[in-house]
Amino acid sequence: MARALINVPATAKPGEIIEIKTLISHPMETGYRVGYDGAMIPRDIIANFTVTYNGDEIFRAQLSPAIAANPFVSFCTVAKESGTLTFHWTGDNGFTATETAKITVE
Amino acid sequence: MSRQGLVALACLWIAGLAGLVSWGGQAAEIPLQDRQSGYQLMTPETRAMQDDDAANPGMLWVLDGEALWQRKDGRANLSCADCHGDARQSMKGVAARYPAVDPGLQKPVDLEQRIEMCRTEKQQAPPLRAEGKDLLALAAYVARQSKGMPIAVVEDDHTRPFISAGREIYERRQGQLNLSCANCHDDNSGKRLAGSPIPQAHPTGYPLYRLEWQTLGSLQRRLRNCLVGMRAEPYAPGAPEYAELELYLMWRARGMPMEAPGVRP
Repeated sequence: MARALINVPATAKPGEIIEIKTLISHPMETGYRVGYDGAMIPRDIIANFTVTYNGDEIFRAQLSPAIAANPFVSFCTVAKESGTLTFHWTGDNGFTATETAKITVE
Repeated sequence: MSRQGLVALACLWIAGLAGLVSWGGQAAEIPLQDRQSGYQLMTPETRAMQDDDAANPGMLWVLDGEALWQRKDGRANLSCADCHGDARQSMKGVAARYPAVDPGLQKPVDLEQRIEMCRTEKQQAPPLRAEGKDLLALAAYVARQSKGMPIAVVEDDHTRPFISAGREIYERRQGQLNLSCANCHDDNSGKRLAGSPIPQAHPTGYPLYRLEWQTLGSLQRRLRNCLVGMRAEPYAPGAPEYAELELYLMWRARGMPMEAPGVRP
């Protein structure tokens, strides 16, 4: 299981713009590098990242081999109601990771 | 050419040579109040990355280390926590005092070596892979407990010979480029080597996340990098020269605040 760091404000006012930061451990191997044995190192990247807010998708990113290891993605959204944000990463070699964060809007 | 012209030319040549010699001569130590962390030379973006625990990739290793701290291992079936308890209390300030001279070995050991000793002697488990994820994670977790505390390696009769040995290595020219550590980090710090600023070489943030490496790395890895850059042959892994150099560098940075896990470009 990949280690991930999620930063979501614990509380927000309705309609407030909040910043969400995510960091996940992943080698993001490009597939273009050659190993010490002369063979190509196969590609191993996170390909997709989606975030849902109480079930509604609010953010989606497609990651490419040009993105550095341990990708850091941050974005803003509008705090509309209390609930759960679900973060989901998928990638090569069947990689999946899911994290959740709670937010209280009042 | 006239006789006077020849004399003038000879004088110029000697002056030039003297300049070259003085550049390469005994390095002037940086006065204590003029010392700065490599952090000061970073862009605002990279500084922000280090300062924000949610953006600092080194924190991924700290979290791994926190989990490893609790994991029972080895024939003794002990976890770090079984002996040392809560690291947030027991490890506070420890990394700021390393490398330290081990009374049994009578030589300095750095934080990673100390963790390995605990592992092989107390836990009776096979050593962790040098520069591997688990060892770096534990070192990062322990070092993190000293964040903001002043570096305070012990300077006494036991450590002094090793500090001077480290200084001797630091000031010794080596490699095909015939450079010493001091040539860059004392004499030319703050200037640029190719596009990169030359820091003063104060190891305040180790183990740290280097964007170039795209991973966390130890001070020994950084030293190997420098040695390769000087086109010198790096010391063998775990060689005593590393611990001596590390000890000297930490002594040189005494009083400066710990930043681990740092972020550097």
